[in-house]
Amino acid sequence: MARLNSPQELHRFQEELLSRRPSTASFVSICAGTGCLAAGAKEVIAAFKEEMEKSGIAAKIQSKETGCPGFCERGPVVVIYPEEICYLQVAPQDVPEIVAETLMNRKVVDRLLYVDPATKKRVQRESEIPFYKKQVRNLIGNNIRIDPRNIEDYIALGGYTALAKALFQMTPEEVLQEVKRSQLRGRGGGGFPTGRKWEESRNAPGDVKYVIVNADEGDPGAFMDRALLEGNPHSVLEGLIIGAYVVGAHQGFVYVRQEYPLAVENITIAIRQAEEYGLLGENILGSGFHFRVKVHQGAGAFVSGESSALMTAIEGKVGEPRPKYIHTAIKGVWDRPSVLNNVETWANIPLIINKGASWFTQFGTDGSKGTKIFSLVGKINNTGLVEVPMGVTLREIIYEIGGGIPRGKEFKAVQTGGPSGGCLPAELLDLKVGFDELTQAGSMMGSGGMIVMDEDTCMVDVARYFLDFLSEESCGKCVPCREGIRQMLKLLTAITEGKAKEGDLQLLVDLAEVACDASLCALGRTAPNPFLSTLKYFASEYEAHIKERRCPALSCKALVSYYIDPERCQACLRCLRSCPAQAISGAKDTIHVIDQDKCTRCGTCLEVCPPRFAAVRKVSGEPVPPPLPEEKRIIVREREGK
Amino acid sequence: MRSVVLEIDGREVGAKEGMTILDAARSVGIQIPTLCHHEKLEPYGACRICTVEVESRGRSRLVASCVYPVEEGISVRTRSEKIDRLRKMILQLLLAHAPDSPVLKELAQEYGAKEDIFDKEPSFCIHCGLCVRYCAEVKKLNAVGFVGRGTKREIAFVPEVASKVCWDCKECFPLCPTSALQAAYMLVEAFAGSGPGVD
Repeated sequence: MARLNSPQELHRFQEELLSRRPSTASFVSICAGTGCLAAGAKEVIAAFKEEMEKSGIAAKIQSKETGCPGFCERGPVVVIYPEEICYLQVAPQDVPEIVAETLMNRKVVDRLLYVDPATKKRVQRESEIPFYKKQVRNLIGNNIRIDPRNIEDYIALGGYTALAKALFQMTPEEVLQEVKRSQLRGRGGGGFPTGRKWEESRNAPGDVKYVIVNADEGDPGAFMDRALLEGNPHSVLEGLIIGAYVVGAHQGFVYVRQEYPLAVENITIAIRQAEEYGLLGENILGSGFHFRVKVHQGAGAFVSGESSALMTAIEGKVGEPRPKYIHTAIKGVWDRPSVLNNVETWANIPLIINKGASWFTQFGTDGSKGTKIFSLVGKINNTGLVEVPMGVTLREIIYEIGGGIPRGKEFKAVQTGGPSGGCLPAELLDLKVGFDELTQAGSMMGSGGMIVMDEDTCMVDVARYFLDFLSEESCGKCVPCREGIRQMLKLLTAITEGKAKEGDLQLLVDLAEVACDASLCALGRTAPNPFLSTLKYFASEYEAHIKERRCPALSCKALVSYYIDPERCQACLRCLRSCPAQAISGAKDTIHVIDQDKCTRCGTCLEVCPPRFAAVRKVSGEPVPPPLPEEKRIIVREREGK
Repeated sequence: MRSVVLEIDGREVGAKEGMTILDAARSVGIQIPTLCHHEKLEPYGACRICTVEVESRGRSRLVASCVYPVEEGISVRTRSEKIDRLRKMILQLLLAHAPDSPVLKELAQEYGAKEDIFDKEPSFCIHCGLCVRYCAEVKKLNAVGFVGRGTKREIAFVPEVASKVCWDCKECFPLCPTSALQAAYMLVEAFAGSGPGVD
């Protein structure tokens, strides 16, 4: 492929690509994102290759390995165009039938379609599945149509036209004003206005400036950035080049964590291909603008996602935050002006330039414009990635898109914003999702993690879990964070073990204040949020643990006991045989009894007890009834048919 | 260097651009406590005991005075109920590690910090980094460094380097605010097996 030396050449190339692949052409998209690969997509891809070769259809119909469309719960996902037939949970043994029926004869294989749990009807088109229907997928919508390792797929869908527009029809100042008008706010956590950040760097003195992609996504349960970088790396790259043009940077970095090998691979390929096509490197599209990008792999420290720590790491030092009373946009990498934006922020830029700020601002609320990708995980029916306009309610995301809570359990809380965020209760389900709305409620947007919790989740234990995570992931440099987290974790652990003392809760609150007010970076300043938000909304759970030694969710091991209800036990031996601690005594026709001293509270007996007996009871905060005297344990059965 | 005028505890203070609030305060004899600060070393901002309140453009916030650069017209308070509360808690957290440190004891008295709020931790180090930074910045030897992160962070001598250079230097020992014990202890441990002077 020859370099593209002008916007006209890009345009002609795009038309040529489209003429080669009309919209009526059939092709097969198989999700090759990390989620689907884990569910066996690799074997499905191999089966398609083999079967399509065998049937001779490979010459006529293209198959592509694409990025993640979001419905991870039902992976591996296969979509067949032009009909947009969406098959879910496809296994290699389904492939011959798909090839024979759908590819050869354009017939739908019903059994692989989505069944709407409400109407029990099968749904054929991807976009008609309720999970997708309520979404506005400006950013991840193309993932399933693009082979991320083939730049031509991106160009065919209009890729790099925003870059051409910015370089040839707009001055850097005009691009900046467009981004400012869009009111785009950073998607990485803080929600800082992107345009203002760019402007600070643009106006900062110095010839050498940098633009950086923050792909150090590390919140537990979050994978939005991974999906974008794996699935549509050119959209991120195009945004980055436009940003470089605005601030006058000629060097960029993609800081991506090592734990995302596929993302590292795909962005590296994307950079190489963009260079080959003249879209990156020297004299981009013949504009005279030059810009290079280097991939920097993070070494696995969560704190390196913090801007100053990330920049320190790029300099080759240990990724520790440093004071940034002077913004990194002015004094960043090697003290040069450096614009750092999250993956998703950059991916928004080409859309804003192509479609205009007013198109962008039609989505969202007053303070938060555009769409946002969330990773919806935890106790939710439809685990996956969800892209919605800002301003939709938590209820819409969790119930209408997420399909509600599995197994008829009760919703208890949703944790947003990762370890810096907080837990929001059922009373706030109608809260609109936006930067300011979430912060006011005591949580935060963060990068878009959303962990749904049901009635079985103990909120004190959730706070303990996040503090435990942070005790490992804090850099350990400043006292309020390192020591504050250490002590908060100890106190929370004591509460979940029923060992809390009078005054511990107040001490936690005091520690939280110091961490919030005096820590060096945002990690420490927000570290108490999981505790503070659960205390705010679930104070009664703290009280129960501390005063009654009771875990209302029956979750904290040290505070629960199991016993077998003698009225219900049918002496079936199941729990007795399954108990790994051999804590259950009994025999055939002899009611089983748990020895409380031997019991390790693993819960196996409860799991194996047949639901029709439901004899095993789990309690907290109340004494276990004394076992029946041995002579009363014999079950005398009346035999049927006698 | 441009001159800047700011207000500290109600006093007008002249300073040069590029100075920190701590520098400016000390230049006129206003004391702000520090633990990780040292004139010969780059500002570090880790202990946070030097936290002060800065008011600029009608907004008040808490900053570490050892790293916050002076600005024209800002107003600084070095003591307040809030600041004292923060310092007290920071001291209590550190006293769990080094209850006998003279520096900590003196400050504890000033701020009413108690040493038994938290259970004692079996480490004397308060992670001020004076030894680590002195060795790197002044001696340019990097014989001692931090290892690990989060609550597991600790200082450690690099045996290969320490066995060659530390015995004749030991300049970091008197810098240690929890008495030289910690540095010495770590050093001995690093030497175990090789011994002084043996290479």
